[in-house]
Amino acid sequence: MSKASRGPNALAFAVGIGCLVVFLLVMEALIQFGFVNRFIIPPPSEVAMSFERVIVEEDILHRFLLTATECLTAGVMLTVFGVIGGVLLHRFKLLQQACETWIAAAASAPVVLMYPLFLVIFGRSAWTIIMIGFVAALPPVILKTLEGLSDTRRVLVNVGKSFNLTPMQSFWKILFPAALPTIFVGIRLGLIFALINIVGVEFLINFGGLGQLINELAERYDLAGTYAAICFVILVSVVFFMSLERIERWLRPAH
Amino acid sequence: MSASSATAPRSASPPQPGEAILDVDHLHVAFQTPDGPVIAVEDVSLTVRKGEFLSIIGPSGCGKSTVFNVVGGLLTEHEGRVSVAGETIVGPHPSIGMVFQEESTFPWRTVIDNVAFPLELTGMPKAQRLERARHFIEMVGLQGFERRYPGELSGGMRQRVSLARTLASEPKILLMDEPFAALDEQTRLLLGDKVLQIQQELQQTTLLITHNITEAVQMSDRILVMTYRPGKAKRIVEIDLPRPRTSEIVGSEAFGRYVAQIWADLREEASRGLTDDETSRNRGSAS
Ligand SMILES: Nc1ncnc2c1ncn2[C@@H]1O[C@H](COP(=O)(O)OP(=O)(O)OP(=O)(O)O)[C@@H](O)[C@H]1O
Ligand SMILES: [Mg+2]
Repeated sequence: MSKASRGPNALAFAVGIGCLVVFLLVMEALIQFGFVNRFIIPPPSEVAMSFERVIVEEDILHRFLLTATECLTAGVMLTVFGVIGGVLLHRFKLLQQACETWIAAAASAPVVLMYPLFLVIFGRSAWTIIMIGFVAALPPVILKTLEGLSDTRRVLVNVGKSFNLTPMQSFWKILFPAALPTIFVGIRLGLIFALINIVGVEFLINFGGLGQLINELAERYDLAGTYAAICFVILVSVVFFMSLERIERWLRPAH
Repeated sequence: MSASSATAPRSASPPQPGEAILDVDHLHVAFQTPDGPVIAVEDVSLTVRKGEFLSIIGPSGCGKSTVFNVVGGLLTEHEGRVSVAGETIVGPHPSIGMVFQEESTFPWRTVIDNVAFPLELTGMPKAQRLERARHFIEMVGLQGFERRYPGELSGGMRQRVSLARTLASEPKILLMDEPFAALDEQTRLLLGDKVLQIQQELQQTTLLITHNITEAVQMSDRILVMTYRPGKAKRIVEIDLPRPRTSEIVGSEAFGRYVAQIWADLREEASRGLTDDETSRNRGSAS
């Protein structure tokens, strides 16, 4: 990313918001004039009106905290096991040659479909949800860690050698810091995967936080409420990832 | 801490033949490639004396970096013997400090933390190592940039950071592989002055690898000219120009004579390199 594109660009932001507003207005018009059935898609104005109701009546704060806790737990596990996994693959070439391809394949596999298996193992509990999020999101963290370590420029490693670094020093003082930006990308990807899967499984097994709320509202055929809850989830994830990006930037100055 | 930084500057007369500190004896390096072995260096012998500035010059691809890697202990598969003060090199030697051809600063460390890196490894207390680092940052003329990250500096400044970092480890022998190759001519000349000044100040034994004749003549006591593939030692030229030198010497008549002499040697090799390149390219496009 170039430095220029990093700064707050007011125009780009305004255009982005503008596109969204135009999209909503077009939807509103299509529905109001009867081109789209309002019993399939409720008009945006109605969705906006039901926000308050969903937030007040459905105990959304509690549900949000539940989902957030699940995400956080999965995130911590992801970071620990993903990074360790990547380091091991980097350290042992045989392991890398043996596993890299199918880890990459696993990254695109719809792990969510295995939820019955997880239900059997972990029961209808938060752990089922956490474990599915964790398993689904592990591959990108492993792969990005491996990529960061392998892509460390040779000359930097050679600088270390020329200063007679031990393998341990070489790892902690050169390889790891050099790979850190890429590892962060992996963790951010992993958290995105985890959040998607966690809300999805909550919806599927009708248990836990925001996903279950969407399920409930949909079963009550409260369409405006359903869409309001979906918007809320999207809003939460946008805020979540914007803050992740902030943290990431703050942790690696002037890269 | 080495004594070299404490000794008084030697007289400006041409260097007395000091004791040999680095010895390369019948070095021979071949790389295994899918098309069979490639001989990169063939029978190169050289001796660097204490306090001396020796350059190796040769056309691109003649094996200069290979010699650099062998002397630095990064490439151990070779024939012949390389020794520092009588001790055979089997890996990176603590007496040798390397400055690499590519950009090699650590982007995640500030300038001062980059330069303090080798001191950190020795376990020197923080306050002391930052003070030492400041000394070397000043020496390369980067005071005021201590807290900047390499990403905020120009290429020439980054190369000076690398130089300061290597100097901070106070190597007995400074080994540099085309440290200015990626820089523009003016920056290169000014940095050359800086290196000369530092070399004079520290009485630093230096082995510089370059393909730039002006640079080599400006700085060196002796120049080893290498042939194009396989890289052999073609000739050693003694540069008998008064010291201290600056880039102003470039205009003098004696300087011109040395440049012409080395160019005559190199032209033959460089043109061999060119025709070699062309034939292989033609062969490549024909197939
Ligand atoms: N790891 C390697 N495997 C195979 N061949 C190599 C390897 N490293 C270098 N060579 C070959 O050895 C020869 C010398 O390479 P070297 O990098 O030492 O040249 P150089 O003089 O430093 O060139 P330049 O001035 O362009 O940096 C080249 O022909 C190159 O193709
Ligand atoms: Mg080279």
